[in-house]
Amino acid sequence: MIVFILCVLLFLVGLYGVLIKRNLIKIIIGLAIMEYSVNLFLILVGYRDKGTSPIVTKGLENALFVDPLPQAMVLTAIVIGVATTALLLGIAVMIYKKYGTFNIRKINELKG
Amino acid sequence: MNYIPLYVILPLLAGVIIPIVGRKVKFIPALLTNLVLLFLTILTVLFILKGDFFMVYKVGGWGIIKGIPVGIFLVVDALSRLVLLIVNLIGLCAGLYSISYIKKFTGEEKYFALFSLMIAGMNGVVISGDLFNIFVFLEIAAIASYALVAFGIRKEELEASFKYQVLGGISSMMILLGIGITYWAFSTLNIADVSSLLRSRNPGRIVFFIQALFLMGFGLKAALVPFHSWLPDAHSSAPSPISAMLSGVLIKAIGMYVILRLFFNMFPVSYKTSLIITLIGALSMIIGVFLAIGQWDIKRLLAYHSISQMGYVVTGIGAGLLLISKGQDLSLAAFAILGGIFHLYNHAIFKGLLFLTAGSVEHRTGLRDMRQIGGLGQKMHLTTTSSLAASMAIAGIPPFNGFFSKLIIIIALLKAHYYMLSFFAVLVSVITLSSFLKLQRYTFFEKLKQDWQQIKESPFWMTSSMLFMAMLCLVTSALIIPGIRERFLSPAVKALMELGRYSLNVLGQ
Amino acid sequence: MKGMTIIVKKVTQIIAGVIFLYGLYITIQGHLSPGGGFAGGTIIAGSFILLVLAFGNDVLGLVKKEIRSSFIEALGIFLFILTASGAIILSFYLNYDKIFFKNFLTKGVPGEIVSAGFIPLLNIFIGMEVAAALFTLFLAFVIKSEEKEEKKK
Repeated sequence: MIVFILCVLLFLVGLYGVLIKRNLIKIIIGLAIMEYSVNLFLILVGYRDKGTSPIVTKGLENALFVDPLPQAMVLTAIVIGVATTALLLGIAVMIYKKYGTFNIRKINELKG
Repeated sequence: MNYIPLYVILPLLAGVIIPIVGRKVKFIPALLTNLVLLFLTILTVLFILKGDFFMVYKVGGWGIIKGIPVGIFLVVDALSRLVLLIVNLIGLCAGLYSISYIKKFTGEEKYFALFSLMIAGMNGVVISGDLFNIFVFLEIAAIASYALVAFGIRKEELEASFKYQVLGGISSMMILLGIGITYWAFSTLNIADVSSLLRSRNPGRIVFFIQALFLMGFGLKAALVPFHSWLPDAHSSAPSPISAMLSGVLIKAIGMYVILRLFFNMFPVSYKTSLIITLIGALSMIIGVFLAIGQWDIKRLLAYHSISQMGYVVTGIGAGLLLISKGQDLSLAAFAILGGIFHLYNHAIFKGLLFLTAGSVEHRTGLRDMRQIGGLGQKMHLTTTSSLAASMAIAGIPPFNGFFSKLIIIIALLKAHYYMLSFFAVLVSVITLSSFLKLQRYTFFEKLKQDWQQIKESPFWMTSSMLFMAMLCLVTSALIIPGIRERFLSPAVKALMELGRYSLNVLGQ
Repeated sequence: MKGMTIIVKKVTQIIAGVIFLYGLYITIQGHLSPGGGFAGGTIIAGSFILLVLAFGNDVLGLVKKEIRSSFIEALGIFLFILTASGAIILSFYLNYDKIFFKNFLTKGVPGEIVSAGFIPLLNIFIGMEVAAALFTLFLAFVIKSEEKEEKKK
């Protein structure tokens, strides 16, 4: 159970980073931390005590396996996360080129 | 029965062929995108003409083994058919419009590749019958839209895109967490399977947590009120055809559609959640329109009205859910949901058209501030006509489609004795009318200013697709006539009203 | 971008090829052991990134590389989709079910390298796509920073 609580704490750490920090790069890091906490949660959901990796080999057909489906989902989620983070970083670089700063307080063309 | 995966395969193929070929051959990107969209629109119309039916497609041939759905299921029912028509039809109009519009940007092939990927993602969300699959396609559509919002790489576009991405990222994480908890609680992600498990045993309080996560996540994608702050920036900064796609289609396909599907067909209907949904709808309706009053930027004004009009849809549907949860008057509930779905369909058309006309004005003048434009009605006749038609549709003037859907929602609210809600619905409609009178007067009907004496009408593809959509604004009001209604709208309402029937249909085949 | 010292260059010459081979191994063994297209693709991309970092390149060369790698990326997805819909395409000539993602090749003996139908093929295409995509990302960032430095001069 303690692991799940830590997982939620990690999620909140990420959320804190996104909401409080003023630096674009730190916001991106916050988003990445949130994503990793959710991935960790998915892996924990599939975990079985004393389970082996889910590969069927000769003589081990009926062994206790961990659930492979969350692992597949996490792999997909990681790929999606790579794409999102790369795009965010690209946009952040462009913003830096236009404004000359990473501080979101100074980046406010849009109002209302 | 092999046509369902084409909705994803074809746009995805277009999205990867365009970067390979489009750099050398200039006409390929626009041609390929529009051909694919035309084909898919015709396919959807054929599906609709075929009548009421239910299709399940098992990807890779992996079906149900020992009562457990093993593979990924693609499901097309009456509701998904309706949303597929919106996605591909509005996509086709925006795609044709882009042929002329996008000439002023560099990197045409990148634009059309991202456009195709966005279509593939939205089609995928609508046809998939599996929660994780919905998440994957949703992210494809969302990432393509993030990139498209920043396509002009000016200051405000980059900033809007960043804001949109951060909030979109948070909502995606909420959705993924919800999916993880669903898998934890039910050991399955197939919507039909989860639904049948929820209905057969008492799931306990975990369901409320999952519902809250999904409502937050998809509500943020649909820009309902507590989560709406990204929409005006993102929708007004994007290139105009993309604004039309975002406001007309994206918030419906990846936000509203999934909320409808999950809260009717997956979760058991409860009084508390339906009350929350109705309240969110009413709040978006009212707050959106009040925020729109003070806007002078054409596209920003339209974007705020998107929030308000989505509020109408959610209010109608939430009232239907409330009536179902009380279990009293099911025909009235069906009437309210009919209003909501019809308004969803109408809003896609008129809001798409409004953004296209705003784009046409911006294309010729280079401005978006109404106070600086003025009097274009004497020079740009076709743009003015279509903008007028769309404005009348959104404000609810009788022969246009917006009138009928708003009328249905208000009558349903009155009949269900929600007097407060119906009062606000009428009030919001009046304010909408006033703010569109302002738009028409300042942009098109004042004296022609000195700067715009030499202005010309927009190019052929832009005007023709705008006129086509203006026709649609009139023609779609015919969908409500008994006889035509039974073919198109009523099956979609029936698919929602039958609640658990969805899971029986999917698992039974 | 400037290259690094002779020591780094020499070591990279030896290591990069090994890393590349290891990536190929992970990709091709994907249907038998942990790994597969995504993991292998990242390792392959890592070997290319190492080479660019060690030897350096001017902006023109980097742009050429980026065009080529984004071409390979699109080609990877294209081949993936073609293979996935292979059963539908081939069903016009042969007796296959018209199902998307149908594993239409023979399954073979479990545990052999050539087995599990078209899954190794899909793994290879994913590896190609991921390697090219990550390398393109890296190049895009490098080109951005290079342009900035050239403007300063």
